[in-house]
Amino acid sequence: MIEIKDITKTYKSGDIEFQALKGVSFTIKDGEFVAIMGPSGSGKSTLMHILGALDNPTSGTYLLDDKDVSTLSDDELADIRKDKIGFVFQSFNLLPRTTVLRNVMLPLVYDGIETKEREKRAKEALFAAGLNESHFYHLSNQLSGGQIQRVAIARALVNNPSLILADEPTGNLDSKTGEIVLGTFQKLNKEHGRTIVLITHEQYIAEHADRILFIRDGVLTENENGHLKRVIKNI
Amino acid sequence: MKISDIISETSSALFANKVRTGLTMLGIVIGIASVIAMTAIGQGAQNSISSSIQSIGANLVMVMPGAARTFGGPSAGRGGAQTLTVEDADAIESQISDVVGVVREVTSRKQVVGTGTNTNTSIIGTEPAYSTVRNVSIDEGDFLSTQNITSGSKVAVLGPTARDDLFGVGVTGVIGQTIRISGSEYVVIGITKAKGGSGFSNSDDTIFIPYTTAQRYLTGNKYLSEIDISATSSDVSAQVQSDVTNLLLIRHNISDPTKADFNILNQADIIATASSVTGTFTLFLAAVAGISLLVGGIGIMNMMLTTVTERTREIGLRKAIGAKKKDINTQFLLEAVMLTFISGVIGVILGWLISLAVTYSGIIQTQVSLPTVLLAFAVSAGIGIVFGYYPARRAANLNPIDALRYE
Repeated sequence: MIEIKDITKTYKSGDIEFQALKGVSFTIKDGEFVAIMGPSGSGKSTLMHILGALDNPTSGTYLLDDKDVSTLSDDELADIRKDKIGFVFQSFNLLPRTTVLRNVMLPLVYDGIETKEREKRAKEALFAAGLNESHFYHLSNQLSGGQIQRVAIARALVNNPSLILADEPTGNLDSKTGEIVLGTFQKLNKEHGRTIVLITHEQYIAEHADRILFIRDGVLTENENGHLKRVIKNI
Repeated sequence: MKISDIISETSSALFANKVRTGLTMLGIVIGIASVIAMTAIGQGAQNSISSSIQSIGANLVMVMPGAARTFGGPSAGRGGAQTLTVEDADAIESQISDVVGVVREVTSRKQVVGTGTNTNTSIIGTEPAYSTVRNVSIDEGDFLSTQNITSGSKVAVLGPTARDDLFGVGVTGVIGQTIRISGSEYVVIGITKAKGGSGFSNSDDTIFIPYTTAQRYLTGNKYLSEIDISATSSDVSAQVQSDVTNLLLIRHNISDPTKADFNILNQADIIATASSVTGTFTLFLAAVAGISLLVGGIGIMNMMLTTVTERTREIGLRKAIGAKKKDINTQFLLEAVMLTFISGVIGVILGWLISLAVTYSGIIQTQVSLPTVLLAFAVSAGIGIVFGYYPARRAANLNPIDALRYE
């Protein structure tokens, strides 16, 4: 459960102040698949950083599972990211020259979980993300783009987070593999009940979510819009 | 984060770029290896000098005349005075305890003529005890006898180099032949065994004659140029030295020891002096090697900074998935320490092999000492910490948002 109340974020550079978020409020329930959509410069990246506990808002509150994370220190934020958030990035960010399994196990390393348990959980996450066992010991640079992004999704799943935050996950993929990745998200949402927030600037991509939050000039312009959800089948 | 995980992350990062890791390590390897090799060679030189000083005699205390005492005017320099007499030597022999032997010596340098050839060499007028006190052994014939001393016979014992110079290399049957020193003929009665150059003087290029003969025909006076005293053990040599000093001061009627008309040297002191010289030299070599270690350390810092820049996105990712500052800091610091520590191990092995090679080549008997090895390990790990600190801190302080965006 995510509750954002009147969040603002102001960047200062010398005497110039720039307000990236001008009082944003919304709620995302557990098990929802929400897209945050907006053009570049709209403040969606800033919103994502705050949602992902990478940054603190200037004012307002952010409750994640009833815990206020808006005023935490760097190390406390790191703990929130470790336990409650899984990231999927546009540029994948897998460790190069490292096996798929090791990449997926990486978040558990910082959790101090036993090696055997790590492997078990990583394999479960990889299966959930739609990769089969033959890829587990491949090096990350030997995979195709779609496979790489699914490894990244598995990595985001492995710590059993409250929220999966996907930042333009299809931005570096062609439309066909992009669909596969979006389908993977839908499957995780539908079959595993994962809460997913998808950040994108494309209407078409956003339409794969249940609900779209439009953001423009630091303000949420539309909420609770109706759209025909695009559903990817046969993943 | 568990230690085993940090180590595993670190080693996989180091293995990921083998060539660069190897090249960076080379600096530290060379630094550590040269420190180890240099100190081993220095230690070996120290041992070899000590043993060659030991070879000039056993527990030796040497008394030499001091500077000639002039009232105003130029000093004749130390050793120039005529202050030591046969009676002084007799007194030492009869009054000082813990003495094995006392040797009277009258040294001079003369032109010596053999069969057709001639040479300029040192003539030592001495007595039979010389051979035991100064470790001289006879190869052929006999050394000087007591009879030779009392009768002042014109006999000579040649060092092997002096023999070669006077009679030619490989010539046999030298015993019984005559040589001329300062116009007098001397019969050769013995040849000493080669001792080799012992650092200070070549004892093989010497002619030994009775000191009584030397006093009469070569110096023309009753003075001695050196008295060698052999103490019973190295423990008492300092005691013997001070006893002899006191005795001679009384005999020469000198109340102020600083105005003594003789110099007295203890073999242990000579060894200590030589050791301090070689010690300084070793330190100097080690310091030069240490500079290469420093340069190697800077190489490590350079590589770590490059690595941090290159892996900015990886650092961003690690932070995004929950790594704390401390985790990143530890990982990069350990990477530097591991790099230098492995280099240290290789460097120690390499340095040890160089020392072995030097030993086998016969230049010097090197000695690798355990404290140096331990120090080398400590220093290499320390270099890792010192030069890894800044890059690791830089990595830890990266902002995850900027790091993830870094192109």
